[in-house]
Amino acid sequence: MKAKTKTNIKKIISLVILAVLASLAFIPLYWMVATAFTQPSLTMKFPPDIIPKNPTLQNFKDLFERKIIFRWTLNSFIVAGTVTLAQIFVCAMAGYALAKKKFPGSKVIFSIYIASMMIPTQVTLVPLYILISKMGMVDTYQALILPAIAAPFGVFLMRQFMVSVPTEIIEAARIDGASEFKTFAKIIVPISKPAMAVLGIFTFMGQWNSFLWPLIVTNTSEMRTLQAGLSLLQEQVPMQYSYLMASATYSAIPMIIVFLAFQKYFLKGITVGAIK
Amino acid sequence: MEQIPVKPIKRKTTLKDVWKGRSGYLFILPHFALFAIFFLVPVGWGMYLSMFKYNVFSQTFVWFDNYKRILSDWLFLKSLKNTFIYTFGVVPLWLGKALLVTVLIYPFRKSIQTFFKAAFYLPHVTSTVIVSMIWLWVFNPNFGLLNYFMSLLGLEPVVWLGRSLTAMPSLIMMQVIMGGGSTIVLLSAAMASIPEYYFEAATLEGASSWVIFRKITLPLLKPTILYSLVMGTIANFQTFSNIYIMTSGGPEFSTTTVAYLIYETAFKNYNLGLASAMSMVMFAILVVLGIIQFKWLGSNVEY
Repeated sequence: MKAKTKTNIKKIISLVILAVLASLAFIPLYWMVATAFTQPSLTMKFPPDIIPKNPTLQNFKDLFERKIIFRWTLNSFIVAGTVTLAQIFVCAMAGYALAKKKFPGSKVIFSIYIASMMIPTQVTLVPLYILISKMGMVDTYQALILPAIAAPFGVFLMRQFMVSVPTEIIEAARIDGASEFKTFAKIIVPISKPAMAVLGIFTFMGQWNSFLWPLIVTNTSEMRTLQAGLSLLQEQVPMQYSYLMASATYSAIPMIIVFLAFQKYFLKGITVGAIK
Repeated sequence: MEQIPVKPIKRKTTLKDVWKGRSGYLFILPHFALFAIFFLVPVGWGMYLSMFKYNVFSQTFVWFDNYKRILSDWLFLKSLKNTFIYTFGVVPLWLGKALLVTVLIYPFRKSIQTFFKAAFYLPHVTSTVIVSMIWLWVFNPNFGLLNYFMSLLGLEPVVWLGRSLTAMPSLIMMQVIMGGGSTIVLLSAAMASIPEYYFEAATLEGASSWVIFRKITLPLLKPTILYSLVMGTIANFQTFSNIYIMTSGGPEFSTTTVAYLIYETAFKNYNLGLASAMSMVMFAILVVLGIIQFKWLGSNVEY
């Protein structure tokens, strides 16, 4: 009986600590949403209202009057969507080759992919920018999309998953006379769907939240993605907090919906590659 | 049939082997071609570029002059120092927080575990740009939420980001509070794979929670901790967006990180050769740090 009380007390203390730590991160997110619904004139007062008095939609109305924000949203969807679909496709193929195909050089190629994942973005940033400008692609969708498809992580992830696919299934399909590509499309792709979902979600999130590259490779306001556009707003109206928080809320919502809908894949996906 | 020029490593490899492996090359080609153009070529080019005086007016080969210049440049050295302070402020605290949360949620039901994992991961889904915008508002010296909490505690308001003494610690605090979510998920998964009877046996033997943590949990989580350490170091060493949005490297360059300085050097001052040299030094430091971390923790992460 005493031991039970002791574990219960322990559990309660644990819950309190966990709740405090989690709310530390949650409070700023709440504050973003609360400020977004606060009347602009009421943000500049101290002490602040923790729950906005007379909540208003004015900030969102002001935001949507600036039509460019829809263009940024569209750009973000185009870039993140295209990169995600393309990555799933080419990384699944490359991962399959590295996991199941025997060919001279495959080990070297795999090592190159792994080593590349350790290289910081800054190393390729400048030469990549020069390359893109020599190709005449600055301020285009291609510039935003192509280098992102080339990222090595997806290949590593797909390869790790496909190593565990039984080789017998593939051999059986080959014996039945299926072509190389048909084997891939009819056997490998269906089995690999969970890994593809994980890759897709992480690629989409990475691209949706990507900032540095869109900032550098776009010149005009029309070609900015949402994140790069937000930083523009922050520079233009640095003191209009309710307006800025409305724009931040608007930009955060798509990812939060994706997260809540695919939570399972997010939490599983992080562990792929790191843990056996 | 198109082939990627791959140097065979074994002497025995013949053209026939290459021909036999052709489907492998075909499957890898779409990604590898893009990877070569937009990743491998830039890496090599970056090394070459770092030996050029490359700006609007000139493109001359200067050997290692850029390296000599940056290694005696106080601002570059300061940015390195800042980056080290930031990284070694954030990463250990992240790991500590993640370990604490992992151990605390372990005894609970699956549903409660999932709830907390999701809660801690949620800020991770929100972009750094958005998080930085929020915290810029939270840190506001006159109307900010943080100074409001300070006033509730009877403390004086602080100019969080406006003083060179407090700016960097403020950024570290923000990153620690908002981050660590993926490390928690990773460590929990690793912890779930430890056989439960290890803990049961230790408890029966009368071992205290602390001893169990030190002697069972920690050693068995070591590979995952190492992985998180290496990845966390690489990620935080490149910190850029929060600096760009929140401080622009100030005040008095107290928050200028290497990544931010590279951005300024390349895209504000158009000194592309110099910026490339900086990125190479940064890369070299990360390699050395990675090796030290592997040596220090001794065990290898399995790929």
